[in-house]
Amino acid sequence: MFSLRLPIPIENTLITPPPKSNNNNTYNSSLCAHSYSSYSHSQTNRFLTVRNVALQKNGNSVGDSKDTMMQPFPEELNAEPLPRHVAVIMDGNGRWAKMRNLMPSAGHQAGAEALKEMVRLCASWGIKVLTVFAFSTDNWVRPKVEVDFLMSLFEKTINSEIDVFIREGIRISVIGDASKLPSSLIRMIKYAEERTKENSRLQLIVAVSYSGKYDVVQACRSVAKKVKDGILDLEEINEGIIEQELETNCTEFPNPDLLIRTSGELRVSNFLLWQLAYTELYFDGALWPDFGKEEFVEALSSFQQRKRRFGGR
Amino acid sequence: MQISNGYTVHLLEGLYCYLRRLLFKVLCVGEVPNHIAFIMDGNRRFAKKNNLAEGEGHKAGFSALLSILRYCYELGVKYVTVYAFSIDNFRRKPKDVQSLMELMRQKIEELLQQESIINEYGVRLHFIGNISMLSEPVRVAVDKAMRVTAHNNHRVLFICVAYTSRDEMVHAVYQSCKQKWSHLNGEEPSKVVKNGVFENKVEKHSVPPPSSCSLIELVDVERNMYMAVAPDPDILIRTSGEARLSNFLLWQAGTCPLYAPSSLWPEIGLRHLVLAVLNFQKYHHYLENKKEKKKHKNF
Repeated sequence: MFSLRLPIPIENTLITPPPKSNNNNTYNSSLCAHSYSSYSHSQTNRFLTVRNVALQKNGNSVGDSKDTMMQPFPEELNAEPLPRHVAVIMDGNGRWAKMRNLMPSAGHQAGAEALKEMVRLCASWGIKVLTVFAFSTDNWVRPKVEVDFLMSLFEKTINSEIDVFIREGIRISVIGDASKLPSSLIRMIKYAEERTKENSRLQLIVAVSYSGKYDVVQACRSVAKKVKDGILDLEEINEGIIEQELETNCTEFPNPDLLIRTSGELRVSNFLLWQLAYTELYFDGALWPDFGKEEFVEALSSFQQRKRRFGGR
Repeated sequence: MQISNGYTVHLLEGLYCYLRRLLFKVLCVGEVPNHIAFIMDGNRRFAKKNNLAEGEGHKAGFSALLSILRYCYELGVKYVTVYAFSIDNFRRKPKDVQSLMELMRQKIEELLQQESIINEYGVRLHFIGNISMLSEPVRVAVDKAMRVTAHNNHRVLFICVAYTSRDEMVHAVYQSCKQKWSHLNGEEPSKVVKNGVFENKVEKHSVPPPSSCSLIELVDVERNMYMAVAPDPDILIRTSGEARLSNFLLWQAGTCPLYAPSSLWPEIGLRHLVLAVLNFQKYHHYLENKKEKKKHKNF
């Protein structure tokens, strides 16, 4: 059995074509080698970073100077409506790296830079919650080297950005099944959550080792425990009760208004299943490291043109 | 002249039918989706666009449904699920809700007619949702439709009425807690309450016995979903260009490719189905690999 592979023009309103990227050559010519102490000597030469390239592209990273956090509100957008809660499936790091003959780790590193830019834009433009799908329960099947790198990247990034978050009023929360995470990362997460819990400008929710089904099942377990302990009656179980137990109960606005998925994949991949009931979906053909201000403005512009009826008139 | 016109039309219809079947034979060289789900959006906009009374939009939508069902069954799709009426739709004007209920009752009766597509293709009708919320005449029609078609095994049409995915999940959580509670109290584990009774079960997810430990597991919740009687959809199609799930099959469509043609539901045609299937075939190989790896992991 083989699948038909024809260049059929697809009239699918979900797809936004990738922008014409003129940055490919810039990335390739500016790469420098960097070794990570956590990897064996034979692998150190093979890991490249694009951090310096990202610095060249953006001018600086988040928080280098106190003026960099504020990005002016784009003229193309209306002040209203803006989504209160934006969710992002940051897809395409691996493909981005492969296109440049780099290891996947370089793609993830570039993806981290794109995320910093996204945080900066959301904080500047008054979006209250940004939830990002950093690592799915499905991703545990990836090669151990890549998984270890990602865990290390999460830890390093949280560590390096925590002062900026505190200064800029950003609160960080992490959702997902922590049982599989390295203990050093768990400690870093707890520390960051504690230090930033009073911040209210923007809440950044990072989903690590997360799946929508896991979230509903763990909520179910919490509800079952409450029933068993006599706190809750079985007949009282309703949507509100379950919502209170979902991991997104860490925020006042648990349901995203807009979901962005990059790299052109047209599915939600088990992310925030319950919470996505009425979310406007936006699929961008750009790979995540290439998703920047221009692409985000286009996504927000698309959101502003949507007519949301929630089943009623 | 009229007779020859009629003959020409008949001939053209026959030719179209033959070409369509030929096209489906070509499509069948690749993987054919087992289950397609539709959000039938755009009936009211269709009526407005064509200066029709609002009810006429829904009637046109029903005709479109029959055509799409025929195409799906000819292609070899076994399960089709349609989002006919959401719990959220009860918030519309009472007059509109009432006329939709009446239309639903009429159309269910029509489906049960001898010459309908349901009998032609041996389709079992199954209604998914909080049926108790429907008006009594509709409930009676629903019960009759499920009873009369219960013996059909070849194909299944799931019609979601008074349905939302969150309501389905609440129901599954409630049932899971109830079963665990009964189990912990040493009572006879209560039977899983599904929406409708099946005597001849078609394929469903393989269901292990209830977990003996006190923790609720993923399988417990999945087993209690209304849609546990069907495999997950392979494609989710929403017409009218809106890009949202609107509380439909959130649990089941987690990894399913989405397709959103801009045409309104009554305008949906063969080309949309063909393009959706080609899309599906393009991703099928990739999805199969992911499912294999996922089998060995929880969640």
